[in-house]
Amino acid sequence: MYQFLTTNNFNINAADYLNHSAAFSNRWHKMKSKSKYLMIGASLILLLVFLFPIWNIDLEAPQYPEGIGLRIWVNKMTGAKEFDLKNLNGLNHYIGMKPIEPDTIQELKYMPFIIAFFIGSGLLVSFLNRKFIFVWIALLLIIMSVGLYDFYMWGYDYGHNLNPSAPIKVPGMSYQPPVIGTKKLLNITATSLPGAGSIVIFLSASLAIVSFIIDKRGNKEK
Amino acid sequence: MKGKGIIISFISILTTALIIYNCSGGGNSSNFSDAASKVYVAPGSYDEFYAFMSGGFSGQVGVYGLPSGRLFKEIAVFSQDPETGYGYSEESKAMLMTSYGFIPWDDAHHPSLSMTAGEHDGRWLFINGNNTPRIARIDLRSFETEEIIETPNSGGNHASPFVTENTEYVVASTRFSVPIINKDVPINTYKENFGGTISFISVDKNSGKMNLAFQIIVPGFNYDLARPGKGLSHGWAFFTSYNSEQANTLLEINASQNDKDFIAAVNWKKAEEYVKQGKAKTMDAEYYRNYYDEEKQTAFSEVNKKVLVLDPKECPGMIYYLPTPKSPHGVDVDPTGEYIAAGGKLATVIPVHSFSKMIKAINEKKFDGEISGIPILKYDAVIAGEVQDPGLGPLHTEFDGEGYGYTSAFISSEIVKWKIGTWEVVDRIPTYYSIGHLMIPGGDTKKPWGKYVIALNKITKDRYLPTGPELTQSAQLIDISGDKMKLLLDFPTTGEPHYAQAIPADILMKNSKRIYELEKNKNPHAVKSEKETRVERSGNVVRVYLTASRSHFKPDNIEGIRTGDKVYFHITNLEQDWDIPHGFAIKGLNNSELLIMPGQTKSILWEPKQVGVYPFYCTDFCSALHQEMSGYIRVSPANSNVPISYNK
Repeated sequence: MYQFLTTNNFNINAADYLNHSAAFSNRWHKMKSKSKYLMIGASLILLLVFLFPIWNIDLEAPQYPEGIGLRIWVNKMTGAKEFDLKNLNGLNHYIGMKPIEPDTIQELKYMPFIIAFFIGSGLLVSFLNRKFIFVWIALLLIIMSVGLYDFYMWGYDYGHNLNPSAPIKVPGMSYQPPVIGTKKLLNITATSLPGAGSIVIFLSASLAIVSFIIDKRGNKEK
Repeated sequence: MKGKGIIISFISILTTALIIYNCSGGGNSSNFSDAASKVYVAPGSYDEFYAFMSGGFSGQVGVYGLPSGRLFKEIAVFSQDPETGYGYSEESKAMLMTSYGFIPWDDAHHPSLSMTAGEHDGRWLFINGNNTPRIARIDLRSFETEEIIETPNSGGNHASPFVTENTEYVVASTRFSVPIINKDVPINTYKENFGGTISFISVDKNSGKMNLAFQIIVPGFNYDLARPGKGLSHGWAFFTSYNSEQANTLLEINASQNDKDFIAAVNWKKAEEYVKQGKAKTMDAEYYRNYYDEEKQTAFSEVNKKVLVLDPKECPGMIYYLPTPKSPHGVDVDPTGEYIAAGGKLATVIPVHSFSKMIKAINEKKFDGEISGIPILKYDAVIAGEVQDPGLGPLHTEFDGEGYGYTSAFISSEIVKWKIGTWEVVDRIPTYYSIGHLMIPGGDTKKPWGKYVIALNKITKDRYLPTGPELTQSAQLIDISGDKMKLLLDFPTTGEPHYAQAIPADILMKNSKRIYELEKNKNPHAVKSEKETRVERSGNVVRVYLTASRSHFKPDNIEGIRTGDKVYFHITNLEQDWDIPHGFAIKGLNNSELLIMPGQTKSILWEPKQVGVYPFYCTDFCSALHQEMSGYIRVSPANSNVPISYNK
């Protein structure tokens, strides 16, 4: 296991960076407290998730040189510009897509609590042992995967579940935006990418993993 | 005998002008390959300047791009505009109200951008209505007319609006003297009964609201053009006059007898003091101020009944006459404020007065008599220099900020460039034809942008494809960045462009409105959602509250209207998207269409006279299903009992 870790550049570098000292020996105790601070950091950084969108969908069309976009936050859904959501719904009625009404999206109601839970439990775990950090990481990764799947299904529902009396019907055409990437939907090019909020979650998970590894390695040295 | 001499010299001037026409006409198109790249604005790129050109007899203002000469918009100001419904819609009719009732037209002459510290600030554009004396204020976020104020005791508001250095005032005056207060008198009692006024209209520095602050009663000459001072002459304003002969018939001869007429120099700061001291008399008058309330999206009229009037006889030091040859037209102040150039249209020189010499002459009382309490300064005591050989019929001067003046010469159809201080002509370039005003971007400010001069021409003859007897007017873009002026572009204009103004695009672009926010729409007849749409009857008045959004009206089937009803359509465009107006037109409507911007509500009156079913539709191609954006109104006989109904 140790062998494996030493050959892993990422972990070596991270450990170096966090140590400021190349000497590992007899310092496990300090490393453990470093690991604790990392875990506290991993928890608190999640507060930033409330400040940035977690996903961005941007649409381009010939007659929208200024672009039109959707911002998915942990607790709300907005346009990239003030009236984008309204305008998007206006355009979507031509293809029979149901209007996006943020108030009716349940996920937006309980996602803030999930993030809050990870902040709280993460802080708690910082003062417990490594196994809890592992569980915390595992849970976060599971929730992230479920979230992505849910996002896919949400997009699937909007893209496929169309009003049969819509004025514009293109046989075989559905309008599901991609989860990540770019897709051409009639005259619109839709690009979907993680927002700063997702990067924060990713960073949080990375910090927690580093914290876990440092702690584990410190114990082995001992 | 003297009259005859004038006629002869006029004929010889015209002959010379004709010769110059023939020599300069045509032009060599092979010289312009270099020019093309200077005026080419690539697809998708922006022009460097906005230019606002008066529409003259069209009553409107044209918005152009420079250097391309492309026309972007005509702003409806003094004339009804059936395209947008301006002057037809219930919300806008009040804008064209005057003390003479509703007037659907005026003659728009001089656009004038608001200024801060003597530079264009891009907030408002003012323009005068010459015929029924008025001044309009256009908002440069919406590019719409926001206010029109009438000037009482006036005829021919030509020397207007010309803002002061910090937009403290816009000015107005009488090109045509009238009895003050107007009354029924024989016209040949002009000298006894007619008078002129010079008016100062204050502009609120936050809202832009105009208020007629005071008028100065002046002798009944024809006050022609104006320029407030700037820099060291800030606090003064200069007005040219002709017809100091006070002729009331055949002015072309009878008002061209005196060797010199006058520039009236008004110390408006002094005038303000006299008003504060209570020296102004309150006179009865009637004049309208019409303003557009952007929140209510409705124009309102306010009738004013009093005006404060100052008499120079009781206000020493407020106004002086500067003798100026001969029937001067333009009066233009250089960027420093020191030099006051007059376009003596029948003079053989361009007289340039010195502000500091003027102040000295006033202090030393170098007077040559007085008229109605206005001291006449000695010509030699105020003149700084005369530009010799300036072309025939010099009219207007603009400045480049590099020490040069550019004067338009109407009769010899050219622009003459001369050096301030030495007064020598350094360059000249023909114009096609009969240039009136000319304009350098910022050329009337303390810091001209320079780069171009635009010639605004009255006659085009053979310059464009002919269009029957009525031909276009034109503008010519001339490069002034080098020592020699170079003609770059020749483009037709709408109406007759008198004066124009230009401002760097980036000053205005960033403030240009894209939509009106529906939430802030306080029009009493607005409907904010399709749920609120309805049709209501009260006696024979029916109000239809409609919404427009891509691609339908709600409701779109309306029944229960009867002949003889007064039907008001109140249409709200629910869109909040950029560049998505909707239009509204009904078959047989004896009124204009409406163009409704996103978030806006407009209303139009329909008085159906014939029974039947009437289609209505959206006139602005708004979307892929624009053709489907239509509906029907059923009109039943006056005595029918078909109830009001509409689809929800």
